[in-house]
Amino acid sequence: MALDSSKTTGFKYVGTRPDRPDGFDKVTGRAKFGADATAPGMLFAAIKRSPHAHARILRIDTTKALAMEGVKAVVTRADFATGLTGENWNILENVMAGDTALYDGHAVAAVAATSALSARDAMKAIEVEYEILPHVTDVDKAMEPGAPVIRTGAADASVPEGLHPNVVRYHKSGHGDVEAGFAEADLVIEDHFVTEATHQGYIEPHACLGTLGADGKGELWCCTQGHWNVQKVCAALLGLETSQLRVTASEIGGGFGGKTTVFIEPVALALSRKANRPVKLVMTRAEVFKASGPTSSTSMDVRIGMKTDGTITAAEGVFRLQGGAFPGAPMEFTAMCAFAPYDLKHVRQVGYDVLTNRPKQAAYRAPGSPMAAFAVESVIDELCKKLDLDPIDTRLKNASHEGTRASFGPKWPRIGLVETLEAAKAHPHYTAPLAPGQGRGISCGFWFNHGGETSVSLAMSEDGSAQIMVGTPDIGGSRASMALMAAEVLGIPYENIRCTIADTASLGYNEISHGSRVTYASGLATIKAAEAAVEELCARAAAKWGIPEDAVYWEDGCAKPSGPNAGDFEPLPIAEITATMGATGGPINGHFEATPEGAGVSFATHIVDAEVDRETGSTKVVRYTVVQDAGKAVHPTYVEGQFQGGAAQGIGWALNEEYIYGEDGRLQNAGFLDYRIPVASDLPMIDTVIVEVPNPGHPFGVRGVGETSICPPLAAIANAVSAAAGVRMRQLPMRPSRILEALDSAADG
Amino acid sequence: MSKLHVTTKVNGDTVEFLCDPRETLLDVLRDRLGLTGAKEGCGTGDCGACSVTVDGRLVCSCLMLGAEAEGKEIATVEGIAEGGALHPLQKKFIEYAALQCGICTPGILVAAKNLLEKTPDPTEEQVRYWLAGNLCRCTGYDKIIRAVMDTAAEMREAS
Ligand code: FES
Ligand code: FES
Repeated sequence: MALDSSKTTGFKYVGTRPDRPDGFDKVTGRAKFGADATAPGMLFAAIKRSPHAHARILRIDTTKALAMEGVKAVVTRADFATGLTGENWNILENVMAGDTALYDGHAVAAVAATSALSARDAMKAIEVEYEILPHVTDVDKAMEPGAPVIRTGAADASVPEGLHPNVVRYHKSGHGDVEAGFAEADLVIEDHFVTEATHQGYIEPHACLGTLGADGKGELWCCTQGHWNVQKVCAALLGLETSQLRVTASEIGGGFGGKTTVFIEPVALALSRKANRPVKLVMTRAEVFKASGPTSSTSMDVRIGMKTDGTITAAEGVFRLQGGAFPGAPMEFTAMCAFAPYDLKHVRQVGYDVLTNRPKQAAYRAPGSPMAAFAVESVIDELCKKLDLDPIDTRLKNASHEGTRASFGPKWPRIGLVETLEAAKAHPHYTAPLAPGQGRGISCGFWFNHGGETSVSLAMSEDGSAQIMVGTPDIGGSRASMALMAAEVLGIPYENIRCTIADTASLGYNEISHGSRVTYASGLATIKAAEAAVEELCARAAAKWGIPEDAVYWEDGCAKPSGPNAGDFEPLPIAEITATMGATGGPINGHFEATPEGAGVSFATHIVDAEVDRETGSTKVVRYTVVQDAGKAVHPTYVEGQFQGGAAQGIGWALNEEYIYGEDGRLQNAGFLDYRIPVASDLPMIDTVIVEVPNPGHPFGVRGVGETSICPPLAAIANAVSAAAGVRMRQLPMRPSRILEALDSAADG
Repeated sequence: MSKLHVTTKVNGDTVEFLCDPRETLLDVLRDRLGLTGAKEGCGTGDCGACSVTVDGRLVCSCLMLGAEAEGKEIATVEGIAEGGALHPLQKKFIEYAALQCGICTPGILVAAKNLLEKTPDPTEEQVRYWLAGNLCRCTGYDKIIRAVMDTAAEMREAS
């Protein structure tokens, strides 16, 4: 009989707020991040990058660089595997350009030398001759007839005939008859929205230390959200056998989706293979901006029809996303998330994935969803204004709930949107008075969440303590959550459990830490692994007592006979069982490997008050409240942290952050001075409300929480600013100049 | 290029090193002295992850040359705890979960300690402006600000 510890109430450890296990290391400077590793004989590397947005590479001359003091190796595309196809080819092409540099910052060569300074000097001495080609960086312009073609033959079968070759993927979904729906509406609003590309902005630049021998065996240390993926991709790009490369994930200094792919790791390994020495490679901040994962920029049209009582009769959206010079802009997520909060009879959404001469986009926290919410929730806000309706009541009236059909097809299981709206309505923030010059905005947001391939292993020690090996890098306190869930099942104190992020040679395959999957999937696997260990612990007690295994149960860290018929035995504590485990059948472990499919979706509702200075156009967020469904908050403090962090990133996206390209196609603001992320003095405290509508797909009801928190902010802030300024803001970021322009044109109009 | 010989004090210990004149204090701390607590988030003075104090003054160590450390007293995150005993700020940061990834934490702790030494009773606004040079992308600053304010209150009570 398999043990089942499923429950949604009566927790002893889950839901408490203990100190995190890596806290001491992180406040003392001992924690080792990507750039903190060294190795004997280590070389330092630097990457030569294209200064052009689009250029044919005619010649790369490395003679001068190679002749310099301390230089040990130079690599170009010729040093990587050939014959790759599909996404591996795309990644290689991005990691090291082939014939053509496709964006400002595209890698074309790399060098390793005995010091960081000599590597940099040698990198500058590499000579590259280019033939400059016409470029395009804007999504709408890239779709126009006559726009420069980034790459021919990149489009897949989804793309309808007659579109520009830069359109490489197409999505269409929905149901009903939208035109009939619009005919039933009392008011239809259609509007155009634009968002700029933003960067995940993790404070730790990409960094790695790689060793690869001529024997095809390698070791790699890197900051990543998924080291099995790094292993797989590096092996493919270098022509290695996957198992011969061992990858260890360092502590990771932020990722938010941007560290789900590889950029520099194969380059460090290629240099190491050539130089026969360990090679360390760390991106500069400018390289992070130019050559690692920004989001897509978007151009969107949304049309929604409403009756005077607030019923939405139909909704339609067209979402154009550029994802840089490679396919993959998450336009299908944009399309699918757009109307997910609403129960709609007639809905249609279309998405375009468009190539431009920009860096390959990478996932950024709920990729594609925040932009969709910005467009859709702005139109709903405008409809509520024009029809004099309460924005929360209107959303409640149309809200998706269990049994209704999602805009992208399936029927919803148990979801918590209504609960977040009701909690937002009841929150004192919603009815607090506003000062002159201030406006209030609200928005809903949705993210799917993900399960994914997962392996976890748990081992009992002889003293009754336990170690857990998980394979999902800890990007926000997940080791604490794993230990809490294991403590709950084992019935031993949280402090007696140590959770480690295993390297690729020490555990089975694990998908990346993405899709808000860690607390859900690694958590579920941890629970199952602990259950397996408990079953074995019970079996040892049964053997000792000479009673059947099913006459023993587990409670508070002890085996107990299940009733008077089972026999009269004192509870047997875990440490007594493990103390003799060698003699009673051997080590007691538990493991679990699967691809859990029950990730529960998560909805949120945010309330924002913003103040606009009509003279300078600058905006200050003065109050912010996040309400989100967590299913079950395993460590509530870290759940709040995810809510607050997502809101803060959304504030940056809404107000300041943008990739600015010049006429020459070069990025103008590749640094934290000119790409301004929110600083402490920009923000208010961020209030949080954790709603718990249990996810039926997890033993303790957990839903992922990391991503949904960035879905509502763009729209909520735009609605607040639009209310404060008295003019609808349709383009992000709402920087001061844009607000002044909007105020001017409103005054003129 | 020939290297410079520098003698300085780091966290109370006298140290000597040779460095290239172009190396920053941050490069020296991390690559020559093995003190990797200070982080490089930008190298241009914009993120504060490399914060240390030099003769009691808060600086971005990426903006100062290693050679300029001659005769100075440098303090880094590694020197904040006394042996195994954490500083009140370090304890509060753990208790409040004022870190998620923790890459900004060394710089923020150095900066916050420096603030509390000068201003034991800061307002929230003072804390926010003092830490405005220390970027954190994970937390939204809420728990950081609360941890600093609460530490200040606790330290005032204790003194
Ligand atoms: S690394 Fe010195 S301020 Fe960013
Ligand atoms: S905790 Fe990650 S940057 Fe501050």
